[in-house]
Amino acid sequence: MNSCTHIQFDHLTVHYGERIALQDVSFTIPRHAITAIIGPANAGKTTLLKCINRTIDFESTARWNGSVYVNQVDVMHKKCDCIDLRRRIGMVFPLPVGLPLSVYENVAYTPRRAGMKSSPELDALVEDCLRQAMLWDEVKDRLQHLGTRLSGGQQQRLTLARALSHRPEILCLDEFSIAIDPVTTMKIEDILREMKKTTTIVLVTNLVQQARRLSDTTAFLSSGRLVETGETEQVFEHSANELTRRYVCGEFG
Amino acid sequence: MFSSTPREKRRRKIERIAAVTCFLFTMLLVVPVLAILTYLVVRAWPALSLDFILENPQNLMQSGGIWAPLVGTFCLVWLTLAISAPIGILAGIYLNEYARDNWFTRVVSLAVVNLAGVPSIVHALFGFGAFVLTLGMGKSLLAASCTMSVMTLPVIITSTREALAAVPISFRMACWNMGATRWQTIRTIVLPNSMSGILTGVILQISRTAGETAPILFTGVVFYAPVAESGFASILPYSVDQPFMAMSMHLFTLMTQVRGVSEEMQYATAVALVGLILLISGGAIGLRTWLRNHRRW
Repeated sequence: MNSCTHIQFDHLTVHYGERIALQDVSFTIPRHAITAIIGPANAGKTTLLKCINRTIDFESTARWNGSVYVNQVDVMHKKCDCIDLRRRIGMVFPLPVGLPLSVYENVAYTPRRAGMKSSPELDALVEDCLRQAMLWDEVKDRLQHLGTRLSGGQQQRLTLARALSHRPEILCLDEFSIAIDPVTTMKIEDILREMKKTTTIVLVTNLVQQARRLSDTTAFLSSGRLVETGETEQVFEHSANELTRRYVCGEFG
Repeated sequence: MFSSTPREKRRRKIERIAAVTCFLFTMLLVVPVLAILTYLVVRAWPALSLDFILENPQNLMQSGGIWAPLVGTFCLVWLTLAISAPIGILAGIYLNEYARDNWFTRVVSLAVVNLAGVPSIVHALFGFGAFVLTLGMGKSLLAASCTMSVMTLPVIITSTREALAAVPISFRMACWNMGATRWQTIRTIVLPNSMSGILTGVILQISRTAGETAPILFTGVVFYAPVAESGFASILPYSVDQPFMAMSMHLFTLMTQVRGVSEEMQYATAVALVGLILLISGGAIGLRTWLRNHRRW
């Protein structure tokens, strides 16, 4: 393991009850780069993300073997401090969830839990996060309105702003653009390219083209197994595996 | 115009029958409520006055009013809630938010359900044995309130759990994903959005506490314990270690235990009891409506 490695999956196997979600997955995610995780439905992509921040804990039927190292610390170990871990990871899941608080308080939620008081710094942080999520211009005049009253696409970006609010060292995006229009998606992608200088980004996507244009490395999962991983260019242009080639060409999935 | 097929005509007829039937049965429910209230008020009318409310029973209940039992019921209700609401709500929070689904949780849930099914007279016997005798509280307001608390707890726990479960799990997930602890999530998101449901459950227990007779019969209520006319004791008439009078028991006394009580007074006492309960339930509905309008999703 070298200093460029941020997250390392080491022979990770996850079961939900009898069903196998991930089987013996081992690969690394480099620091300060965008890593795309692609694959057909049921490939275990979301499960992989849930292991990074240990929200797999909330799946009552889940059992696992193997390790996930974040900064060389095994986060799947039962002694890991999950709260501390989750505060260093931003997570955006595909279904947008606006908390039943004002737009402002939605974004200020995590900073406040970490002890930040109302202040100009907090105002600036909220504005910055909303700008990064391309939501500021739409909500700047109604920061006190309820986050739950925003449209689906706006709530999705609110979720993104919230994930950025604790300045995470790892940002996990699970289908973040599913409810966002193409123009805004492109703008967010530009911001992600900018952010990767300081943040490790893990992108789960069903949009193969998005993975291709955005990511530095790509991992292809199918039926819970890691089929192929490598530089994005390599995976897309010179797939080592026939299954990968067919998937990225859109022949199945 | 569209011409309707026989199938559509039939469907429309069934729709109509269903609506009318449901409406009729709803009306059937309203009739006894109105009938009881009207009958009580009409029969009680000659005896109803402000003095009747504000005076102690006098002359072996044959004259005077219902001030002492009214105050007694009031004290009983609030002391009961002061005991059962915190315990019930915290237990509900534990069971819904913290407890894992294992045999221990299932045993506790089963115990709660069974406690709710125990008849009130059995609660009375338990209260007499546990609080009056074993814990040495004697026949007192405290012993009666503890007995009532045991009786109301399972309902408060269950309604709290229902109210908490109505908050979507996705809100909790979003908070947990951001590194909020369970308690932070409960305090900032879950409780503010389930308060109306929790309070409804608690407040409905007020009217139950005010109306029950059996559990207080052995544990604290007495035939006659007037409120002092003046001085400190007129403000706080019943200390927790003393027996007290209560409306439900007082009504029973007037009906069956003493002679020569006019029918008007019996009916007026019943009206006052129903009025007290309606007032409290009305307050509950008002509070719930207010909180529901302030619910934020």
